[in-house]
Amino acid sequence: MFKFLLKRAALTIPTFFALMFVTFVAIRLVPGDPVEVRTGERGISPERLAQFRHELGLDQPVWKQFLDYVWQLLHGDFGTSIVTNERVLTEFFQLFPATLELSFFAMLFAIGIGIPAGVIAALKRGSIFDQTLMGISLTGFSMPIFWWGLLLIMLVAERWGLTPVSGRIDLIRFYFEPVTGFMLIDSLLSDQPGAFWSALHHLVLPAIVLGTVPLATLARMTRSSMLEVLSEDYVRTARAKGLSTFRVIGVHALRNALIPVVTIIGLQVGSLMAGAVLTETIFSWPGVGKWLIESIGRRDYPALQGGILLISSVVIIVNLTVDILYGTINPRIRHGR
Amino acid sequence: MKTAQRSGLAALALSAVLMASTGLSAKTLVYCSEGSPENFTPALNTTGTSFDAARPVYNQLVEFERGTTKVIPGLAESWTVSPDGLTITFKLRKGVKWHTVTGFKPTRDFNADDVLFSFNRQWKTDHPYYKVSGGKYDYFNDMDMPKLLKSIEKKDDYTVVMTLAEPNAPMLANLAMDFATIQSAEFAEQLLKAGKPEQFDQIPVGTGPFSFVAYQKDAVIRYKANKEFWGEKPKIDDLVYAITPDPTARYSKLKSGECHFVPYPRPADLAEMQKDPQLQVINQPGLNIAYWAFNTQKKPFDDKRVRQALNMGIDKAAIVKDVYLGAGQAAKNLIPPTLWGYNDKVQDYPYDPEKAKAMLKEAGVTTPLDIDLWYMPVQRPYNPNAKRIAEMMQADLAKLGINAKLVTYEWGEYRKRAQQGEAMTVQLGWTGDNGDPDNFFFLRGCAAARPGGQNLSKWCNKEYDDRLNKAKTLADPAARAKLYEEMQVIEHDEAPDMKIAHSIVYEVMRKGVTGYKQSPLGGHKFNGVDVQ
Amino acid sequence: MAADISVVDTAPAIPAPAGPLRAFWASFSENRGAVIGMLVLLLIVLLAVFAPLVAPYSPTEQFREFSKLPPAWSEGGDWRYVLGTDALGRDMLSRLVYGARVSLFIGLAVMVVSVAVGVALGLVAAFAGGITDVAIMRVMDLIISVPGLVLAILIVSVLGPSLANTIVAVTIVFLPRYVRLVRASAMGEIGKDYVTAARVAGVGRLRLMASTVLPNCLAPLIVQAALGVSEAILEAAALGFLGLGAQPPTPEWGSMLADSREFIRSNPWIVTLPGLAILVTVISINLMGDGLRDALDPKLKRS
Repeated sequence: MFKFLLKRAALTIPTFFALMFVTFVAIRLVPGDPVEVRTGERGISPERLAQFRHELGLDQPVWKQFLDYVWQLLHGDFGTSIVTNERVLTEFFQLFPATLELSFFAMLFAIGIGIPAGVIAALKRGSIFDQTLMGISLTGFSMPIFWWGLLLIMLVAERWGLTPVSGRIDLIRFYFEPVTGFMLIDSLLSDQPGAFWSALHHLVLPAIVLGTVPLATLARMTRSSMLEVLSEDYVRTARAKGLSTFRVIGVHALRNALIPVVTIIGLQVGSLMAGAVLTETIFSWPGVGKWLIESIGRRDYPALQGGILLISSVVIIVNLTVDILYGTINPRIRHGR
Repeated sequence: MKTAQRSGLAALALSAVLMASTGLSAKTLVYCSEGSPENFTPALNTTGTSFDAARPVYNQLVEFERGTTKVIPGLAESWTVSPDGLTITFKLRKGVKWHTVTGFKPTRDFNADDVLFSFNRQWKTDHPYYKVSGGKYDYFNDMDMPKLLKSIEKKDDYTVVMTLAEPNAPMLANLAMDFATIQSAEFAEQLLKAGKPEQFDQIPVGTGPFSFVAYQKDAVIRYKANKEFWGEKPKIDDLVYAITPDPTARYSKLKSGECHFVPYPRPADLAEMQKDPQLQVINQPGLNIAYWAFNTQKKPFDDKRVRQALNMGIDKAAIVKDVYLGAGQAAKNLIPPTLWGYNDKVQDYPYDPEKAKAMLKEAGVTTPLDIDLWYMPVQRPYNPNAKRIAEMMQADLAKLGINAKLVTYEWGEYRKRAQQGEAMTVQLGWTGDNGDPDNFFFLRGCAAARPGGQNLSKWCNKEYDDRLNKAKTLADPAARAKLYEEMQVIEHDEAPDMKIAHSIVYEVMRKGVTGYKQSPLGGHKFNGVDVQ
Repeated sequence: MAADISVVDTAPAIPAPAGPLRAFWASFSENRGAVIGMLVLLLIVLLAVFAPLVAPYSPTEQFREFSKLPPAWSEGGDWRYVLGTDALGRDMLSRLVYGARVSLFIGLAVMVVSVAVGVALGLVAAFAGGITDVAIMRVMDLIISVPGLVLAILIVSVLGPSLANTIVAVTIVFLPRYVRLVRASAMGEIGKDYVTAARVAGVGRLRLMASTVLPNCLAPLIVQAALGVSEAILEAAALGFLGLGAQPPTPEWGSMLADSREFIRSNPWIVTLPGLAILVTVISINLMGDGLRDALDPKLKRS
């Protein structure tokens, strides 16, 4: 087991280095210049431009810049944002909790509704419920979420006034210093009555928008996985033996049906991050997705580079964890079936 | 959980006292700002968003009066200009207290050392703070300060003498700009000793009406009223900037009461906003211009008749209606009508495609003519949607037999290429910095026509340029105004560009907000503002 | 709709081979959702192909005096502009119809290119083995580890926003799934006796790849490709929404949506219609894809 784990982890190291190199080169190929882009209409004299490029090390050959960068990284230094002069790592960890909180609740929403719905649909295959659910989930699966987000804001938040439009908490009523960066936790720590509910209230709509596609995917997956398990011999046997339906489904079928679903949940993390880019943009959510998009706009090389690297690392680590988890649940994988 | 409940009561009482956020007497104004500041040192920044974030905290030697471009005393109580225009002596205000923030408690009042520190940081390359936080002092350099300044000296603790290299009429207006903000030398020194000078630009310590409390990137900036402020006292207790980049979201938050004041509303929403009894909508012509420059060094735009023809071939009224959606007025001069020196006698070119066609023919232009038309990839204060304008121009030009190819680049690249003179026709614009007409007219001067210069028409006209240079050295505004009026006539006839529009800047607030004055320079200031 | 997207136990019901196409059709037409999806898609394709005949106006013609008209049936509408007009007075119906061309073209182009390149790389990886295999698969891992949209944005930023570059970016993002699929099924086939036999008999490598291995992974490939079209449309629309897609005045649905975002309150239909067009197209492709999967490869029904 340990060997498998080690081998699997070792495989990601070259990926990580290649990622570092490719993003580094790609970002430098992006037309434009971090110094130029901030000067707006007025422009900058060639001498001053040359001076700043020198100070940022942009006048060095790319390979040298890259080696410097790798050296920095090995010392745990992700560089300093050109725009804000903050350390990239500091900025990332200021914003990442917001993304994590949003993604977590989106996933919770997706799992909480998707799996039970999928199970029920499988059990009542062909019923109205099943057909409706599959129709809805196909729609959710096909949804352009940027449009969905705009639509929900317009209806739920504005027309019906059920949720706030954007932001993470009611700023007029509550103020506390961030401790963990997770608004829900911080609001509890702050001891201000109502703060937690306000934070939760602000989280609902973005989480629904981000969770829509995973929800649809999970519902579909769970349903078909469940159907397959139900048709397998041991379940049929169990049923034939007169074991209660509840026991059969709850204990035997569900457990086996959920194995592929767990993998899917893990694999959703990558697309969740991509979805976060759009969702955060629409909801003015102070997370890393929006930050990345803005960094591209400002040609903030260190922030962009560090951001992509960090987010990808998260994805790589999650995928690795899923692999390992899957290996644990399903030993056949380990022995290379 | 139990401890949480128990301490909850205490915290409630505490929060009422400390934050005064739930108490009855506390007044919080929430301003839904459009973005995150880069940092809190205006000298380092170029965006209005960053300036707005620093403005509650800071003062300058001289300032623009709230709601006007008039220069009034700030941290300098008074000043005298020598007869030759080369020396300015500032008498500083006494008893001005610096803010106390977490990690810094001032031991002395504001004095001349702070003034020297603030200018020398941007000016002297060997200053210990010169390189801190990237050290790009764009405005200081753009306003030609290194060339204009000869020396800044401290005569005593409350007297500063500034010597200029040449007389310069717009200098005082320059000093009222954000880059000339006065920061605390003592705080800077303390951080330098602690080895953390870069924190100086993240934690603003100023003398202004509000002191800084906290900033959470992309989320919120908090300030509290400075009870000891020397000038117009703030009427609210807490000022909150809720960072909300999306204009639709800003509007919705305004409606739901999540914010009190919103800048840059979407023109499309204005009609609805104006009907809402909960809201008040104010507007003012912006100090800006959007133009479409013709590169006079490229054929056929070297011919004045072609340039005039294009001026007649574009339906400007339609652009103002469909792109500005009412938040703009058609422009005929480079400067907006609110600025002194504006020549209202200039008659704009009429929209007349037939005449335009005839003039093109007369100029020997054979159609179909292929040109390129550049549009900015970004929204600017003077131009809500360059892409949409370009699409409309393209349609209008097609009627003249001109095929316009739409071209754009990444924003920094766009401006650089345009300034190099690569474009045939190019949209751009300008936002005034200090309310001086020279700050606009230099855009068509010969000095700016060099490759890389800001004159995108690359148009150099001696008549125009002589007047431009002369006006700069005159102290008498009336004499300057006369020269500027003549220049507008010359420029109109030569038509190096088509003026598109001056935007009208709208701001929206809830009914209970009183005492706000809109700045023609576009910034936001909240002392003197009250909320019910 | 979607009555039996993934019914498992109808699989053995497929009758004895009566011509693969007929068997396929028999199975496909059993799925009501798939048929509906196909019909809707067919309609969209026809609209796109005959856009110049169907659309009442040119998609770029501006009727300035009629800007921002609501759809004809609502108050203030005008029957000359059935679905209303956009901010510049361009006919929405015409733009949507022409937009179908753009979106379908993006979807198809991405699918064709990524399938072609993916198949080639996958086969090469499987047959060459060794270093080549490792190199190709590591690159694919790399692509997968960056969130798709972020990668696409980065690529478009490098190449500059345009229709062609949107296609390139989305293609790269989608490549790994085809490579992995083809490699995996090729690896499965390589060890089998008939391949070894063919090899021993002196069948050339290329022919071996093309004639023996490829047909065996065709079914999952087709299914994946069909679903790939819809995903490509979504991805391209997202890029368009972020202002990085097709440039004006091309009527791409995503950029139409982005352009009109400011009117979401005052004139919601300008924003609603392009989104609806995307949704309907993607749903119909997905419905059809589900049907294809069920019909082509019963084994695949669960994924």
